[in-house]
Amino acid sequence: MKQKGAKIIVDCLIEQGVEYVFGYPGGQIIDTFDELYKARDKITQILTSHEQGASHAADGYARVTGKVGVVIATSGPGATNIVTGIANAYMDSVPMVAITGNVPVSLLGRDSFQEVDIAGITIPITKHNYIVKDVTKLADTIREAFMIAKSGRPGPVLIDVPKDVQQKECEYTPKKPEEYVPKFDATQPSVDDAVKIIAEAKKPLLYVGGGCIISNASKALTEFAEHIDAPVASSLMGLGAIDANHRLYLGMIGMHGHAGVAKALKECDAVIAIGARFSDRVAGDRTKFARHAKIVHIDIDNAEIDKNVVSTAHVMGDVKLSLEYLKSKLKKAKNAEWVNACRGYINEFPLKRCGTNLCIRKVVEKVNELSPADGIIATDVGQHQMWTAQSYKFALPRTFLTSGGLGTMGYGLGASIGAALASKKRVVLFTGDGSFHMNLNELATAVKLNLPITIFLVNNNTLGMVRQWQTLFYQKHYSSTTLNLPTDYMKLAEAFGAKGFILDKDADIDATVKKALSCDGTVLVECRINTDEYVLPMVPPGKTTDDMITDLDK
Amino acid sequence: MHKHIITALVNNHSGVLTRVSGLFARRGYNIDSLAVCNTEDENYSRMTIVSQGDDMTIKQVIKQLDKLVDVIKVNELNADGAVSRELALIKIKVSPKERPEIETTCRVYKAKIIDLSPESVVAELTGDPEKIDGFLKIVKPYGIIEMVRTGLNALERGENSINDLTDYNDTI
Repeated sequence: MKQKGAKIIVDCLIEQGVEYVFGYPGGQIIDTFDELYKARDKITQILTSHEQGASHAADGYARVTGKVGVVIATSGPGATNIVTGIANAYMDSVPMVAITGNVPVSLLGRDSFQEVDIAGITIPITKHNYIVKDVTKLADTIREAFMIAKSGRPGPVLIDVPKDVQQKECEYTPKKPEEYVPKFDATQPSVDDAVKIIAEAKKPLLYVGGGCIISNASKALTEFAEHIDAPVASSLMGLGAIDANHRLYLGMIGMHGHAGVAKALKECDAVIAIGARFSDRVAGDRTKFARHAKIVHIDIDNAEIDKNVVSTAHVMGDVKLSLEYLKSKLKKAKNAEWVNACRGYINEFPLKRCGTNLCIRKVVEKVNELSPADGIIATDVGQHQMWTAQSYKFALPRTFLTSGGLGTMGYGLGASIGAALASKKRVVLFTGDGSFHMNLNELATAVKLNLPITIFLVNNNTLGMVRQWQTLFYQKHYSSTTLNLPTDYMKLAEAFGAKGFILDKDADIDATVKKALSCDGTVLVECRINTDEYVLPMVPPGKTTDDMITDLDK
Repeated sequence: MHKHIITALVNNHSGVLTRVSGLFARRGYNIDSLAVCNTEDENYSRMTIVSQGDDMTIKQVIKQLDKLVDVIKVNELNADGAVSRELALIKIKVSPKERPEIETTCRVYKAKIIDLSPESVVAELTGDPEKIDGFLKIVKPYGIIEMVRTGLNALERGENSINDLTDYNDTI
């Protein structure tokens, strides 16, 4: 049947099983929104305050469900406003389809009103992108975009659709969405070497990353770790891939990783990196990362192999299938002495308490204690993010939403909105006063939708992480980091229609956290902490764990 | 650091060149030359890219290129296992009395004179880049008015084709 391009877009979204589209209308996408209106019983539109919030919401939705998140924006500023959200999804391998309107084909390239070359802009931050100038190619382009977004190493795909293409009619035949079924090539040359290294390792250490979560490999990973009896360290992106309460789990690796993990990394004889990419936040000095140990790298992205750290052997492919294959090729091992030694390293370096009046770690721990195992925790970016990552014991995958690769301040609230819609459960957001102010406009969205989001705003009146660097590496030149904002968060919460609480002493943690997690709707808790609190331990940028700062008083 | 020849089969539509050249720029890889043209199949173009870098870097370049949806096949050509040619058009300032000298030089280099004017000739020369460099060195004293080079084009020797390469993306 012949139908308008805009209707083809919406019908293709329905084909793909899309429940929510996050977005913001505008002149060049109005046709598509018109069709969304007609299909509102099938797809729910989530109107945010700003397109950036919509892009982060689509990202949060995708991380929680594993499905493709969809964001729709108009041309020009609408399109550029989602650029940060797309880059964020790209860096963290989040499946996303972004659809933008553009000026009619005849006006393209003429600097028309609200025209921008969004396809050109997003080339480096998408897996692939399209500008569809022919309506007959629209349906298949959308289908292909979804497949690209969710297959292999997932990522964002952008489709730019000029207004006249949304209006033109053509034949549309519905199609069932193609499923992505990962394969594993057991004949790849390096896999036997990998098996040999793992089998011979006396002190193996697993370094797990976000790939374990993306490939739904938690069970395979846990079984693999138990099978070869190897302790597990996780990158920021890998938190939740294995239950943090598991006897083999050590803690986080990297710049703000656990000092005990750093010691285990120094002592181990083989690092098995699984769905992780040795980023500079893990391997500060990539030329010196675990130099004494053999390195086995398992990843679906061929280009990650030997990109940052050169591996001794590698296994390319879906992490879950790779782990299942490797397990089948390995005998069950017992490394009790090594595992106990690692446990000892962890106990040797307890996380430093902080705060004179209010210790934010205690707040995180209280939230942890009161939340169900599948409770979702989101963060923004900065000190609060690291405190949460260090102190919360994530038990399940897809429960921790954080901007790992791009480090996007202002990510959290949008992501929480997407997560709350996806999970239909309470989401807890830890944010800072800096991050919160970046996109606090989305508080209006959360309240309007009556979403159960509890925000713990860690207020230290400063851009704490930058201040920490200024203290440590820039002679205490606090350039543009002192916020001391006059914002009255209680009034702000009230004005937006949320509930507000103040938490400023340890003694109130129990009562306030309980209250904040149990009342309906959106809640904002201002947690007042000292300005000079530090995220420790810390490996200075570009350095190795030998240079780890564990205590500033020493 | 030495020269590597990368050959790629890519989709033949607008924007592909931007994706490829942008990737080199973004990740800090060098391009010495890039030649792109149609193939026997109108859906695909063929690119020959000459890049400088150590072996690890070139491996990384190829893997990154392979991730681009528009790159169908990509591989490095071993200089001994490939035939490679470049075409140059060189407009040389030549007075009528110098013309015989230039004609002799062209004969030695198997260059063709394809245009003449009272004060210039245009020479066409095909060969490997070193041969063209050599020719340029000889004619430079006469004065090079302007010139173009296609950049290197290369194909693997023997009966194999880039289409025979396995694609990692099909294995996952």
